[in-house]
Amino acid sequence: MSEKVLMKGNEALCEGAIVAGCRYYFGYPITPQNEVPAYMARRLSEIDGCFLQAESEISSINMVWGASVSGKRVMTSSSSPGISLMQEGISYLAGAELPAVIVNIMRGGPGLGNIGPAQSDYYQATRGGGHGDYRVIVLAPCTVQEICNIMLDAFDLADIYRTPVIVLGDGVLGQMTEPLVLPKPTTKEIPKNDWKLDGAKERDSRIIMSLRLSPQGALEQHNLRLQRKFDEITTKEVKYEEYRLDDAELVIVAFGTASRVAKACILEARERGMKVGLLRPITLWPFPAPVLEELSSEKRVRAFLDVEMNLGQMIDDVKLAVNGNKEVFFYGRTGGMVPDKDELLEKIGEVYG
Amino acid sequence: MKAVYKKPRTLRDTRMHYCPGCGHSIIHKILSQNIDELGIRERTIIVAPVGCSVLIYNYLDCDGTEAAHGRAAAVATGIKRAQPDRIVISYQGDGDLAAIGIAETIHAANRGEKFSVIFVNNAIYGMTGGQMAPTTLAGQFTKTTPFGRDPEQAGQPLQMCELLNQLVLPVYIERVSVHNVKNIIRAKKAIKKALQYQIDGTGYSFVEVLSMCPTNWGMTPQASAGWLEEQMIPYYPLAVFRDRGKGGESK
Repeated sequence: MSEKVLMKGNEALCEGAIVAGCRYYFGYPITPQNEVPAYMARRLSEIDGCFLQAESEISSINMVWGASVSGKRVMTSSSSPGISLMQEGISYLAGAELPAVIVNIMRGGPGLGNIGPAQSDYYQATRGGGHGDYRVIVLAPCTVQEICNIMLDAFDLADIYRTPVIVLGDGVLGQMTEPLVLPKPTTKEIPKNDWKLDGAKERDSRIIMSLRLSPQGALEQHNLRLQRKFDEITTKEVKYEEYRLDDAELVIVAFGTASRVAKACILEARERGMKVGLLRPITLWPFPAPVLEELSSEKRVRAFLDVEMNLGQMIDDVKLAVNGNKEVFFYGRTGGMVPDKDELLEKIGEVYG
Repeated sequence: MKAVYKKPRTLRDTRMHYCPGCGHSIIHKILSQNIDELGIRERTIIVAPVGCSVLIYNYLDCDGTEAAHGRAAAVATGIKRAQPDRIVISYQGDGDLAAIGIAETIHAANRGEKFSVIFVNNAIYGMTGGQMAPTTLAGQFTKTTPFGRDPEQAGQPLQMCELLNQLVLPVYIERVSVHNVKNIIRAKKAIKKALQYQIDGTGYSFVEVLSMCPTNWGMTPQASAGWLEEQMIPYYPLAVFRDRGKGGESK
């Protein structure tokens, strides 16, 4: 069946989660993602799932821990300030190697900020966010269809690597309505969760923890093992979209809603004779550094333009990948503002020369 | 010869890290005995707190998980919602349950989550070396109340049973102690009742266990038992605050 429906991004991601087999949702209201808990409250009751409105985001993420140790596919969602509150829990999940999917429909910060769309949690998401040596997989969709589909990938990746996965959207993506075709379940092979806690019946008892006190060096060994897992993810799971890059002399790097503005500008810039293309990271961590590095060593590519809805966070990763081969420019808006097409076109013209 | 006493099956044959005279080992033992007697070891999941008893999962031969500091009630909620037919026990100390985790505690109780809480109140932070707990008595000396707890400055010690007894949905709330044999037997019965109510699917149970911390109280184990009886029990009366498990009313 490929029936098209109209849906908000916040609702579409719920349907994606349900197709992925998620039946547990714990969350706390915060704008601009309130459609998620509202949708899940109704929808999960229809399919014998469990929806629970927690008393805080701190509780939400720890309820997620509870369902995760039970071996269930579970998710929570929030927006920037709420995600900050969850960071302790995300660090624990990463340390204990528990799968979970966390959706962040970003809003303007710092602090209470505002409820406008933003991408200013890039650092927080891609650097682990909480305390300790760890990374989490970060997926950045840019359409309603993609945020729905990406939920299936998120649950698969979480299970395959036993790690929390963050789906990083923004207020525009959460609130906008677009046509959607519901995806089919994936067929990826998921490892058996023979670590889950369901009672030590006819087997040894199991412990799930992140505490590693002894013997001396136990935590270092554990962290090194986690690092090998992160290295494997970096090698295998990078995802990005290339748009009009074949002849591009200027490469824009942008994700999520910012990438949509960039695409519109690229079409206009090309009408004016400027060869501009887009590299859109879909995984923000692992970051598509290899492809950027490759582009930066191509003769025809003269410069990069990093476009974000913040004051320049992903640009650090772009610069690391480009490694001084070419100049990297920046255009961004902050505080809940969306990049302006005319402003971006002007910037493109200026950089293109 | 008939065996009249043996180590419970659920209690692992291992050396505990608890200090001499600490109540945790007694509470672990009576909890293990109850798990054995109710035949629930193979479907029990223990949620460990942050504090001295974080390593409870090393001592009880059941499935166990750690929870971040104060979050045991939220973790237990997630497990019980995901696996309603399993026995979920949240074992927490006073700092974990009544300070950093009081929101999770009250809301889980208020939702009537169908798990059992064992709340070990020894009026002090043990693992971090003897700081003030939310249950530290007025006038009690700790590392962070070097002149004795002054309620005007540091607040009143929290009476958790009394506080939770304001809520509608909990079915069983009792305060017991493990400072002598008579009370240990009572404590064991209370924990058993809480677990039985969970087996029956009745609702939220909360057993507060007054316990000794000789090391951080700066006393011998024997003196600690005396201090508990003389100082703690007057402020934390041992009582059944509520028992609605079998359709009965609050006492």
